[in-house]
Amino acid sequence: MLKISADKLNSLFDAVSAKQSLYIPVDRESGSAEYRKYKSGMEMSKCLNTVRSAKDFFFPQTENLADFKMNGKNIEVIDVREECEDFVIFGVRACDARSFTILDKVFLAEPVDSYYKNRREHGTVVTMACTRPAETCFCTAFDIDPTSPEGDVAVFSDGESYFFKPNNDKGQAFIDSIADMLEDGDTAELAQVQSNTRKIMQMLPLANLSTDSFGGEKLMEHFNSEKWANLSESCIGCGTCTFVCPTCQCYDIRDFDTGNGIKRFRCWDSCMYSDFTKMAHGNPRNTQLERFRQRFMHKLVYFPANNNGEFGCVGCGRCLAKCPVSMNIVKVMKALEEK
Amino acid sequence: MNNDTLIPLIGVITDIRQDTPDVKTFRVNAVDGGKVFEHMPGQCAMLSIPGVGEGMFSITSSPTNKEYMEFSIKKCGCLTTWLHAMDIGQQITIRGPYGNHFPVENELKGKDLLFIAGGIGLAPLRSVINYVRDNRADYGEIQIVYGSRSKDDLVDYQEIIDEWQKDPDIQVNLTIDNPQEGWDGHVGFVPNYVKELNPSTNKTVLVCGPPIMIKFTLAGLKELGFTETQVYTTMELRMKCGVGKCGRCNIGNKYVCKDGPVFRFDQLGELPDEY
Repeated sequence: MLKISADKLNSLFDAVSAKQSLYIPVDRESGSAEYRKYKSGMEMSKCLNTVRSAKDFFFPQTENLADFKMNGKNIEVIDVREECEDFVIFGVRACDARSFTILDKVFLAEPVDSYYKNRREHGTVVTMACTRPAETCFCTAFDIDPTSPEGDVAVFSDGESYFFKPNNDKGQAFIDSIADMLEDGDTAELAQVQSNTRKIMQMLPLANLSTDSFGGEKLMEHFNSEKWANLSESCIGCGTCTFVCPTCQCYDIRDFDTGNGIKRFRCWDSCMYSDFTKMAHGNPRNTQLERFRQRFMHKLVYFPANNNGEFGCVGCGRCLAKCPVSMNIVKVMKALEEK
Repeated sequence: MNNDTLIPLIGVITDIRQDTPDVKTFRVNAVDGGKVFEHMPGQCAMLSIPGVGEGMFSITSSPTNKEYMEFSIKKCGCLTTWLHAMDIGQQITIRGPYGNHFPVENELKGKDLLFIAGGIGLAPLRSVINYVRDNRADYGEIQIVYGSRSKDDLVDYQEIIDEWQKDPDIQVNLTIDNPQEGWDGHVGFVPNYVKELNPSTNKTVLVCGPPIMIKFTLAGLKELGFTETQVYTTMELRMKCGVGKCGRCNIGNKYVCKDGPVFRFDQLGELPDEY
């Protein structure tokens, strides 16, 4: 497999970023990581994952859908879309890489969302195999192998070097574009690293989390469960879980009057919010119980019902780490599967 | 780049009818005349005044009307208040059509049809009624039961008395909730009136109105011997995108904007009671 030694990684970043925008996870002052546009000298974070997911690259928190010029009784619609420039995201973890294929099922289904598709077509996803998964990780419950991530190119580290494996034609093209900086490497040590990582995964607290009790066929059983009252009681409806979630894709559309025309925006929304489904004549989800239930039913039941059994969660663990009242999808799964 | 459904087209308001104290019916044409797009009975469209908001409304005109589309809109929120303040000639944005439609080309063909509407719930059914009238030979008997709070709240009243009631091929039964001067028709709630009328159970039913009316009407129909597979309705939940992506109009795993708004009651029965 082609590789580059760890001390040359930044020169690789310099070469890639000379041709197109490159985004890598870097440490903030607090030590937690976020994706930033690479500038020469930036160090790649050693954190397991970024605080926010990588969904922003394809489904940004806010984006301009269209502009309108109002002139008396007339309206002019202005198409603000532009062809996206090519970019590379480096260091995406297996969970976030899988989230892209889940988002694809929403945004690339007919009618195709051209805003999402534009970014998706121009983005190259370079993933990074995990070597030290965290206590909050449970991607394996959703058949994700963190030691062999999806994405266009998978990168593996044995501590000394980074190895590049193409997963598709786009990934091969990326490797070809940097081939002059890579050399053939011995992967013997990599196999050992993978085997060690798998051993760690088996010892993680959530290693045995099961999805057997979930899926489309359990729709009415879980919806009508009496456990939602207890489970949702502590939820304060802050929406943090939906914002850090790599697969949460609900959005709002709002207009803003700039004083010189109207801008129509799409922005992330949250099913946890009280006005999410509120209409002039009423609200079908009046209490936090219904809103809380919607989020987990969507990921564990509704999404698989519509997508051949695939779940709408990737086990990244962000909601476990960030929920201010320590409620999360794992607690919900464990509670619901108990008879 | 290809067209995106989220980027709207322009429509022009070419006529406004004050139907009831709080319902206006707006006629919409394309800027160059004609219709902005074609639709099927029961489908919806997103209308917007940029800067105010966008909302989903059922298309109340029949697809057999080749000249224009119509929307009957009740003034009850921010956007609808703005829409009610429009004058003729005002442009709006419009996108669609969205959703499925009443199965006028298959399941409903050749059937005796019973339309049951309450208040503004007539709006989506009017599209079907006029479609069926314009393709009269394809359907059996037609009966319309329509009720409102008062005579003044009957939407499309002029069309009902001028056209539907004068059509010997249609039975029209109107009712209002409470007695009113100048009204010698039936008085009482729609669900009870349907039971009194005791329609034949071989009819296929299309019902739309306030949720509470739909609930009691369905219960009454079941008492009369109707089954859920004979009864269709059309749903309304909050929508933003219209294409099953923004994530808010779902009932269980079905999106009302995409998999609905038209559902048969046996299909709704398989979904959570959250609407």
